[in-house]
Amino acid sequence: MERVPILKIGSTLLVSIQVDLQDQSVQQLQEDVAERIAATGAKGVIIDITAVEIVDSFIGRMLSMIGSMSRLFDAQTVLVGMRPAVAITLVELGLTLDGVQTALNTEKGLRLLSGRS
Amino acid sequence: MVDADQARLAEFLGAGQPKVLDQWTEAAGRGVSDRISPAELRRELAEILSLTVAVQAGQGEATAGPRRAGLQERSRARYGFSPRETAATVLSLKEAVYSQLADSVELLPAYLGFTRFVDDLGLQTFEAFVGAREQIIADQAESMLELSTPVVRLWDGIIAVPLVGTLDSARTQLVMEKMLEALVATEAEHAVIDITGVPTVDTEVAQHLLKTVVAARLMGADCIITGIRPQIAYTIVSLGIEFGDVLTKQTLADGLAHALSRSGLKVVPA
Repeated sequence: MERVPILKIGSTLLVSIQVDLQDQSVQQLQEDVAERIAATGAKGVIIDITAVEIVDSFIGRMLSMIGSMSRLFDAQTVLVGMRPAVAITLVELGLTLDGVQTALNTEKGLRLLSGRS
Repeated sequence: MVDADQARLAEFLGAGQPKVLDQWTEAAGRGVSDRISPAELRRELAEILSLTVAVQAGQGEATAGPRRAGLQERSRARYGFSPRETAATVLSLKEAVYSQLADSVELLPAYLGFTRFVDDLGLQTFEAFVGAREQIIADQAESMLELSTPVVRLWDGIIAVPLVGTLDSARTQLVMEKMLEALVATEAEHAVIDITGVPTVDTEVAQHLLKTVVAARLMGADCIITGIRPQIAYTIVSLGIEFGDVLTKQTLADGLAHALSRSGLKVVPA
């Protein structure tokens, strides 16, 4: 199982997903993110899914859960770089990812977070 | 492969080719002279006739004639000939040949075979004609779909999708895809969907529009719907469609103004 690396930039965690997600690796990611937020006191999490081409309802729900979870640590989650096909799939699945903010790319995501603090 | 009768007929046709062609051009030219000049018609028919003669004589493959004729019919469908005129053009070859044969009775058996060949030719051309028409319709439908879904850049970071004409599921799907792709390509944070030119909206179309808005939001862009006409507003409310928290503005201009102010821009007199 491949683990998704979590980078820390200032008070922001950057999670760049470069592999096709398996159910197990998403679950692992969820735990890792929670631990890293607790350990570093990060105020924002950016999840870059530019390279993700396929999502299913489970992964969609997990992304949503990462958002809700980091809010408990008072950290804001921004999902960036979603592809049109992925967006259409999520909409068809009825997942609107409430509680997660979105941005077109990492740069805009970082700006969104810096505007908040 | 070629029996003696057929060979004789081929010989006869070969010798009388100009005369047959004259007759054929005259017969086929009736009623269509305003759309095709006699010279042009004659040139086309001459080509088919010489191929036909070659087939009768056993030279050349049997499909060359029909293939050439089919090619011609394709262009005919574009010029707006009716199916009847198209078929009549080919079938009048029989008449032309028969009038030349009238005084040589011994060629009649071969002539029967020849008529069968012409019938075949007629069917082939007809098929090609219909095929060409269908192709035209398909091409037009496709280009209409292409034409009717432009994505225009209004400002840096603001794109607009003006929709004109009736929306069906296939079109709204296409609009959705094109708009989302444009969002990625232009890195626009605001999209304005203008439906001023849309005559009717039903539940399905509204559903698709809402999906588009949600998909754009998932990608990190804001979507505004503008230009909802009174009848459409009435329909939407009567059908009980919930637009939820989707932002709507009266006109495209209002939508642009809103998007500009959200981007921190202001229009001031120069």
